[in-house]
Amino acid sequence: MLDYTLLLVLSGCLVLGAVAGTLGSFAVLRKQSLLGDAISHAALPGVAIAFLLTFSKHPAVLLLGALATGWVGTLFILLITRTTRIKHDTAMGIVLSVFFGLGLFLLTLIQRLPTASKAGLDKFLFGNASTLLRQDLQVMLALGGLTLLFVLLFWKEFKLLAFDPDFLHSLGRNTLTLDVFLTTLLVVAIVIGLQAVGVVLMSALVIAPAVAARQWTDHLGRMVALAAFFGGLGGVLGAVASSSLTNLPTGPAIVVIISLMFLASLLFSPHRGLAKDWIRQRKHRKEIHANQVLVALFMLSKSHGSRYYRHSLTSLQAVTPGSAEAGLEALKKRGLVSGSASGWKLTPKGAQEAEQAAKHIYGEAP
Amino acid sequence: MKMHPVEVADLTVAYHEKPAIWDVDFHAPAGVLLAIVGPNGAGKTTLLKAILGLIQPSAGTVTIFGKPARKQMHRLAYVPQRGSVDWDFPTTVLDVVTMGLYGKLGWFRRPGKKEKQLAMLSLEKVGMAEFASRQISQLSGGQQQRVFLARALVQDADLYLMDEPFIGVDAVTEKAIVELLRELRSRGKTVVVVHHDVQTLKHYFDWVLLLNVRKIALGPAQKVLTTRNLQKTYGGRAAFLNGNA
Repeated sequence: MLDYTLLLVLSGCLVLGAVAGTLGSFAVLRKQSLLGDAISHAALPGVAIAFLLTFSKHPAVLLLGALATGWVGTLFILLITRTTRIKHDTAMGIVLSVFFGLGLFLLTLIQRLPTASKAGLDKFLFGNASTLLRQDLQVMLALGGLTLLFVLLFWKEFKLLAFDPDFLHSLGRNTLTLDVFLTTLLVVAIVIGLQAVGVVLMSALVIAPAVAARQWTDHLGRMVALAAFFGGLGGVLGAVASSSLTNLPTGPAIVVIISLMFLASLLFSPHRGLAKDWIRQRKHRKEIHANQVLVALFMLSKSHGSRYYRHSLTSLQAVTPGSAEAGLEALKKRGLVSGSASGWKLTPKGAQEAEQAAKHIYGEAP
Repeated sequence: MKMHPVEVADLTVAYHEKPAIWDVDFHAPAGVLLAIVGPNGAGKTTLLKAILGLIQPSAGTVTIFGKPARKQMHRLAYVPQRGSVDWDFPTTVLDVVTMGLYGKLGWFRRPGKKEKQLAMLSLEKVGMAEFASRQISQLSGGQQQRVFLARALVQDADLYLMDEPFIGVDAVTEKAIVELLRELRSRGKTVVVVHHDVQTLKHYFDWVLLLNVRKIALGPAQKVLTTRNLQKTYGGRAAFLNGNA
């Protein structure tokens, strides 16, 4: 039942996810993940103020308000960090809580107004994609498209701003202007998602797709494209989930789905995945253990006067850490020892390797 | 008066109350390898960053080839401290070196075949050509430093400003860097290097600026590196340096 309304909602979530993923990539690479959270919370009073000034709920009006206070909040963070001794994280915490508190205060005030048009502003808290209208989508497409265009145009400047801003400065570029510009684009990316995802959870859509994408590639262009894809897909799937379950707000639905993508990427990506790390470490540990058994067998044989002396498992177990049997079986597979339950001895190849390993560990004369 | 590649007059930089550098006058003559030397916290990096305009000085002026620094950025190449960037950034060696050409490319233009070729040439000069497509997180400290140098070389500047290029690199890389510096000098370039190792000063550099918040001495290495000057720079701790100074 892909009707017009659903199509509209899906398109909106696709756009906001893709734009958030793109700008989020730069935020994450610049170690500004939490800035997204501060910006989205700082945008809330803007929505309320815009409504109080105009009594209009046109998306262009409300988003302009969100844009304004989101941007002012960001500017405050910059100013506080530059002019006082307050650190960046504290500055973000201050702006986030003060602006969010002001936003909630104003929303409560609006609820008590006797106007009929007041309803529906609370969707900016947790998001409600099903209320997206044609005009919302138009605004999102226009702002989102413009944002992506700017990222493409200033690609190499933004890349260098993220990687090595001091070097960018040394090329004669004004890094402060570029910084403010890129941050403004991040504000736009966040603001266009507010109605559907909500101020509380919007930062997840900025951070998670980017971090997930980073797991799969070592190339900035591919990372940004993949983050946009993850964000868009998460947006669409979240919208579907929230529309098929009654009373499930879109924001949480999208965040849960994006988090699953993030978790899967963290665990199973080919180069940076935890699963790969874990398997590699386990293999490495097994190899080291087998080598310890090999050297123990060699030293014990030598003390008996013959390199190929046969030892019982019990006597070997006494001089090896962990399970001697597991180590011996692994060595047998590599053709370094021969034997069974009756006893174990080195093969010529095993003796050679063991001698080298022993030399390495004990020096020239073991 | 001749226009020096760098000229700093009455420069004072203060973070909050405490001055990092105090009333420093100094210049680098054209075609020399100049080392800025001093103990930790002497303001060496601060001075370099103030020359670049990365730090706003409280007082004083910086000119590069006779004009305000910010108008002369195209004539200089900067090699930041290796540790100042995140080497886990998703990019390759060749891409980092190509960044040196972003200034010349101007706005909106992407690097093309010609830029990649120039970057490859520069990588060859530092012996890193085979690493061109390597992800930068897989480089050793010495290799990272060579990549940064290659990025500066590709800029083909007249003045090179380097922040601690010898820190944490292996002996082979150190030798390669020294040769590179000499090659730059033979082409008439001026190189200003923040350096920490007094032992190698005389072998590597022609000119030395001894700095400890204030300027202690400036001039040809042979003339400046006296026991007295070193003691003034490093305080009592200079005793162990006497044999080599």
